[in-house]
Amino acid sequence: MLVVALPRTALFLQALNIYYFNKGYLDEQFIQLEELEDDDNPNFVEEMVTTFYNNSARLLQNIEQALVSRPIDFTKLDNYMHRFKGSSSSIGATRVKKECTIFTEYCKKANAEGCIRTFLQVKQEHACLRRKLETYFQLGRQAAGPSANAGGQVG
Amino acid sequence: MGMSTESQFHVLAVDDSIIDRKLIERLLKTSSYQVTTVDSGTKALEFLGLHEDDESNPETPSVSPNNHQEVEVNLIITDYCMPGMTGYDLLRKIKESSSLRDIPVVIMSSENVPSRISRCLEEGAEEFFLKPVRLSDVNRLRPHMMKTKLKDPKQENEENKEESGKPESRSQEEKEEQQQHHQQQQLHHLPQQQHSNSNKRKALEEGLSPDRTRPRYNGLTTVV
Repeated sequence: MLVVALPRTALFLQALNIYYFNKGYLDEQFIQLEELEDDDNPNFVEEMVTTFYNNSARLLQNIEQALVSRPIDFTKLDNYMHRFKGSSSSIGATRVKKECTIFTEYCKKANAEGCIRTFLQVKQEHACLRRKLETYFQLGRQAAGPSANAGGQVG
Repeated sequence: MGMSTESQFHVLAVDDSIIDRKLIERLLKTSSYQVTTVDSGTKALEFLGLHEDDESNPETPSVSPNNHQEVEVNLIITDYCMPGMTGYDLLRKIKESSSLRDIPVVIMSSENVPSRISRCLEEGAEEFFLKPVRLSDVNRLRPHMMKTKLKDPKQENEENKEESGKPESRSQEEKEEQQQHHQQQQLHHLPQQQHSNSNKRKALEEGLSPDRTRPRYNGLTTVV
């Protein structure tokens, strides 16, 4: 666990980013997003992440509902998960994506128990990443100074 | 817009995923392209001025002259997996249209399926990008767009040199090999951080403005 006694510098943010990167929470796609930020689009990453969490909430709900319906429609499930996985991949959410892949494998084998079990992992990773990213963006605003007050809570 | 040689290239991006639309839009704008995004193949065709019934009669111009002038599109980049009309369906409709067939089309997909890639390239797609799409992918678009627009020859040569040292005209097979190799590289990106960092650097030099005042993590120099 990262001790949060922070020097308000970009250097700390870099360290945090590397930590997330090394622990597999985020991959290079996230860095690619950061590289796309500039003075005209200073909050692109946060916007992407916010859009992701707004959009994925709905997808997760759809998956949840599909998992409780009987009989389970695995084609529908696969479809929802495919979209969710795609979005996760686009923001660089590695761990979430990994669980999605496992879910998809169970789904293709019509293994309901496997799907249900893995879905719990998906939700957990999804929520965990959200907390980490909220922290990250909050620190980013602090590091940038009082002038950078744009952006709000993630999702 | 219009016929000026200095006007920007206009790209039409088609994707049902809002995240991917945001991403591709940002990537394209970073590369100084004008962008229109739509969330379906149907809407793409509407935007291009193509109507379903015009397919059956190739003699009928499918786009009215006024329409065509206003919505000049220099490249279409589309997701493959979309509900309703897939990217492949869209590609086919474009290639079957007398007014639209010369517009270069690029397909994006989150799945690396060789038969899918071949099918798209055979149908006339210029490139096939694996998602998530990166700046280095978007940097490959310019040569395709330049083919369809008249530009100052000197400027064209300079830009060609910058983008790649490869000759523009390649055989279909070579293109496919290139594409598969490119995808293999992309799939190996994650473990090979050093390699991909230098690719990213190149993409940065080509695509982004150097003016940045905000400190930025670049993954290259920081040691924890």
